[in-house]
Amino acid sequence: MIEVKSIDKLFHNKHVLKAVSTVFTSGKVNMVIGKSGSGKTVLLKSLVGLHTIDSGSILFDNIDFTKLKQKEKIKIRKQVGMLFQGSALFDSATIEENVMYPMDVFTDLSNLEKLERANFCLDRVNLKGANALLPAELSGGMQKRAAIARAIALNPKYLFCDEPNSGLDPQTAIVIDELIREITYEYGITTVVNTHDMNSVFGISDTIVYIHEGQSWWHGTRDQLLCSGNEELDAFLFSSEIMKRLKPKS
Amino acid sequence: MNLFYHIGKYFVFLSKVFARPEKHSVWFKHFVKEIEKLGVSSIGIIILVSVFIGAAITIQMAYNITSPLVPDYVISLTTRDTMLLEFSSTIISLVLAGKVGSNVASEIGTMRVTEQIDALEIMGINSSAFLVSPKVFAFTFFIPFLVIISMFVGVGGGWLSAVFTDALSYQDYVTGIRYFFIPYYVAYSIIKSLVFAFLIITVSSYQGYYVSGGALEVGRASTRAVVYSSVLILMFDLILTQLLLS
Repeated sequence: MIEVKSIDKLFHNKHVLKAVSTVFTSGKVNMVIGKSGSGKTVLLKSLVGLHTIDSGSILFDNIDFTKLKQKEKIKIRKQVGMLFQGSALFDSATIEENVMYPMDVFTDLSNLEKLERANFCLDRVNLKGANALLPAELSGGMQKRAAIARAIALNPKYLFCDEPNSGLDPQTAIVIDELIREITYEYGITTVVNTHDMNSVFGISDTIVYIHEGQSWWHGTRDQLLCSGNEELDAFLFSSEIMKRLKPKS
Repeated sequence: MNLFYHIGKYFVFLSKVFARPEKHSVWFKHFVKEIEKLGVSSIGIIILVSVFIGAAITIQMAYNITSPLVPDYVISLTTRDTMLLEFSSTIISLVLAGKVGSNVASEIGTMRVTEQIDALEIMGINSSAFLVSPKVFAFTFFIPFLVIISMFVGVGGGWLSAVFTDALSYQDYVTGIRYFFIPYYVAYSIIKSLVFAFLIITVSSYQGYYVSGGALEVGRASTRAVVYSSVLILMFDLILTQLLLS
């Protein structure tokens, strides 16, 4: 479980996160939704320590990440897997090398054991046989799947996904969503997904937090989403014609 | 103030770069790869530049030294000393600042803007040490070989031009390159090149590591890497020459 307690983040006097508080539950797909520029990515990067927050605290299973020393933070980070918006696979390494990378650095497994684990992870994301390919030789969807394989290589306790469906066609987006959900349930991971894709939200979310202008504006589940009665959330949700059709008649 | 900010940030960056690597076997694998990528792949351009410059210096010397009081072998002696003292260390380092420096800055800069560095950090890896220290050690390890290759090839280029243009005889050329040879010049050149290699890699890595934005900024960082490392090479050339030769 990850608890976020009243965190603030400023960039050159611009207040990007304003007293954001929320809880991300273990074994659930926790979604962070909001407009582009609302502070979702900053929140995600703050959670994993890529941005240093100005105030507040972030607790990973009751351990205050913000108060840890660098070495102790690294211990937590070893339990974190992250799927970046652009996949962030290492260009000069093959898919197999990408997946084996965390194992190379942090385990004493033999080459054969690492290879077995890499093959298992690649198989898990339906990328069997892609071992020798370079990231540039894969499609966007395959790159995302390879990045998921790398993220789960060390059996993470926490999985962060920053807009996993951006730039993907609807069918591939569903494949990625399903994969995230399956992995979360299978391994009991605390998964946090940043998105503004409503298909994902209604498809796989267990809990939702809506970020508006850097604030945690609304919390709930997908069943509560359509009838939240929150003006800003409704404006965000029902901005497209398709979503307007789903709007409950009052 | 901006200059002092960057100098301070550069030294903080260096303190991270020289932190203990997460795993020595992985570090060593990177080190070997970098030797190939930064060092071995530069041999071609070093040979090309050195042979032509060595040849041109010989022709220029032959053209300028016309006094009957000065023996012909002085032409090759001057070519040798020019190569040893300045060209094979400083000018070759300037060439390498262009080739290797821009390569390093753009590689690390691209990794930054495509979040590959963030991915390393998330894994709990000290990205600056992981990416930069193998490059620093690999290039400083290999640059003496490049310098020595340049010295031999440059002097060889001088010989080729001397023979083909009839500027001086083979015998005079060989006499000149053997006459009053000071082995310390080779050591001096190698010491300078080690400092230059360190500057090229660390300055370029610094430029790439702190890129923010997109492809345009990576290009700018790459240009800055070449310009700043070249300026520093020239500054340190002066300082080291004063320290080592005076």
